Amino acid sequence: MSSRERVLGRIRRALADVTPDGRPYEEAVGRGYLREHGHRTTEETVELLAENLADYRAIVHRADADDVRMLVMRLLARRGSQEMLVPPGLPPDWLAAADPVWIHDRAASTPQQLDRVGSVVTGCAVAIAETGTIVLDGSPDQGRRRISLIPDHHICVVRVPDQVVSSVPQALERLDPTRPLTWISGPSATSDIELDRVEGVHGPRTLEVILVSGAA
Amino acid sequence: MSGTFVGMPAFPEAAREAVGNATLRGNLRHATHTIRAKRARAVAELSDWAELREAGRRIKDHTLRHLDRYLEQLEESVTAAGGTVHWAADAEEANRIVTDLVRATGESEVVKVKSMATQEIGLNEALEAAGIRAYETDLAELIVQLGKDRPSHILVPAIHRNRGEIRDIFTEEMGTWGRPAPEGLTDTPAELAEAARLHLREKFLRAKVGISGANFMVAETGTLVVVESEGNGRMCLTLPETLISVVGIEKVVPSWRDLEVFLQTLPRSSTAERMNPYTSMWTGTTDGDGPSTFHLVLLDNGRTDTLADTVGRQALRCIRCSACLNVCPVYERAGGHAYGSVYPGPIGAILSPQLRGTASEIDASLPYASSLCGACYEVCPVAIDIPEVLVHLRERVAEGGPAVRQGNRVLLKPAKGHAAERAAVRAARWALAHPAALRTGQRLASRTRRLHPRTLPGPGRAWTGTRDLPPVPAEPFRDWWQRTHGGKDTSK
Ligand code: SF4
Repeated sequence: MSSRERVLGRIRRALADVTPDGRPYEEAVGRGYLREHGHRTTEETVELLAENLADYRAIVHRADADDVRMLVMRLLARRGSQEMLVPPGLPPDWLAAADPVWIHDRAASTPQQLDRVGSVVTGCAVAIAETGTIVLDGSPDQGRRRISLIPDHHICVVRVPDQVVSSVPQALERLDPTRPLTWISGPSATSDIELDRVEGVHGPRTLEVILVSGAA
Repeated sequence: MSGTFVGMPAFPEAAREAVGNATLRGNLRHATHTIRAKRARAVAELSDWAELREAGRRIKDHTLRHLDRYLEQLEESVTAAGGTVHWAADAEEANRIVTDLVRATGESEVVKVKSMATQEIGLNEALEAAGIRAYETDLAELIVQLGKDRPSHILVPAIHRNRGEIRDIFTEEMGTWGRPAPEGLTDTPAELAEAARLHLREKFLRAKVGISGANFMVAETGTLVVVESEGNGRMCLTLPETLISVVGIEKVVPSWRDLEVFLQTLPRSSTAERMNPYTSMWTGTTDGDGPSTFHLVLLDNGRTDTLADTVGRQALRCIRCSACLNVCPVYERAGGHAYGSVYPGPIGAILSPQLRGTASEIDASLPYASSLCGACYEVCPVAIDIPEVLVHLRERVAEGGPAVRQGNRVLLKPAKGHAAERAAVRAARWALAHPAALRTGQRLASRTRRLHPRTLPGPGRAWTGTRDLPPVPAEPFRDWWQRTHGGKDTSK
């Protein structure tokens, strides 16, 4: 007997007491919880996102579509990054003013090569106000999972209000499970040493989020 | 479970030793109290906590009651998404599967993200015996591994170590595993974290094989979910060419939508955060992004035996948030090691004896490692009635009875030397069946607590000969809850 059959057989014997339940799954489970917590205007939702991001030690900036390029340039200059990693589909006008050399993530680049790059700029798939979370789904403006992981400085551009939802349930509705998803809430952190919070063990130690309004 | 904690003394002895260790107790108290207070705040932010908890309970219960169906669906979805599914009936088989998979890649080292399932089966030891080195990459796990130690908490495994000890371990041991600790390393947490970053980065960037567990597996889509803080999970899940995930069969949930419940309750119950810093979700393999080969090893190892117990099966709902550890007065004093398994605290006291059976002294003693105060049940985000299962297991230890071991029905004999416990069980059962009497008893005990002896008189002496009576709290938990929460139960 294969282990598959053995395990499934054990399960079926273990559940001999269970009477079959013909109800559809959603009915059997029931979902009495809320779709979002509290009522907010669109503006308030964006404000809550900014607050919760900051509470988890992301650095939050606001910009109009026209100022994004200048802001990105300033952030990179302040950081002293000579090179910056960009996903293939990043809107070019977010970068036009940036001085540093752009490095495109290529399939052939090794993790070691990416490790030498200081900063990365990406878009996002959705941002969750109640939890202060940005979600990347590997779309062309976000790139592969590794590019937002290896550099120490991540700048993430969120289009507000289009990409902002209130809650986790609303975010899941928008996401496609077949894509690789990375949910980011604040920079990498650990509390393993006497519960003192330390930013950044492995992921980027600095996360800057630009909330850009009026972008297409 | 195998490979771990062989020769552990039973809980009472181990706990007595731990209670005598002042450093350990200080660290633990600080940790549990800090997390406990934060958690209450994080939970209070959600006005629908009771409903979320109820939905979580129902989703998990429903899944367990149709586990065969959902596992088959999961297998289909993962396979369709480009992954390969393996089934392992026990620890030995799981270790063999993983060892063979690693060997097939030709690699002799792997990077690992913290996983209780792989600890449970002793995977690192099995790989080592096969000449494969497994690097733990979670900071706490690294501390534990370098310190040749055992984890003591689900969430903060090195909670029993303070910063001075960690500095010494890094300075002495890092060099033998790879990049040594920087010269003149001090004991500030930031410097210690930086030392770990440098040490581990070297391993991540060259790793060809990653091994993980998973917090959830979605049957409908084949998606696996790993929830973490540091980014070591993302490293292990993204950079290697081959990814092997070893996951207990109880971690499956039916639908994508179910994640909306657990992604709200898990982080708040666990680290008391609105959301943990990183969550990774992957469905099979994705061209050009992440591992090109993905293996999922579905692990039984006692879970189907647990499922066969109609009272005890609710333990399989556990999402390993560790909230029950942080409120447990027994855990706070005894520490995680005293439980002699990878699952410490209240959940360990009901899970380990079910996964492993109660044949050994440690497993037979675990159902007694509790004061039945009920705090664990109150905080549990999937409403596992831990006290109910504890009493049930005590009865099984004391009186014997039918059970399932490795898929076979067996009749357990009463454990030897547990005559006194049998009396205790009868008392507990009576008290639990008479809640009013229990409350009165607790209040009475509180009022007279200064008069309480450290050992029981009469026939109880045999029981307290190896155990200190837990001090009776100044106020019964239920009263405290009523007083501080005005009877409004926000935890349910
Ligand atoms: S038993 Fe409940 S509270 Fe304890 S770890 Fe599991 S889910 Fe969390």
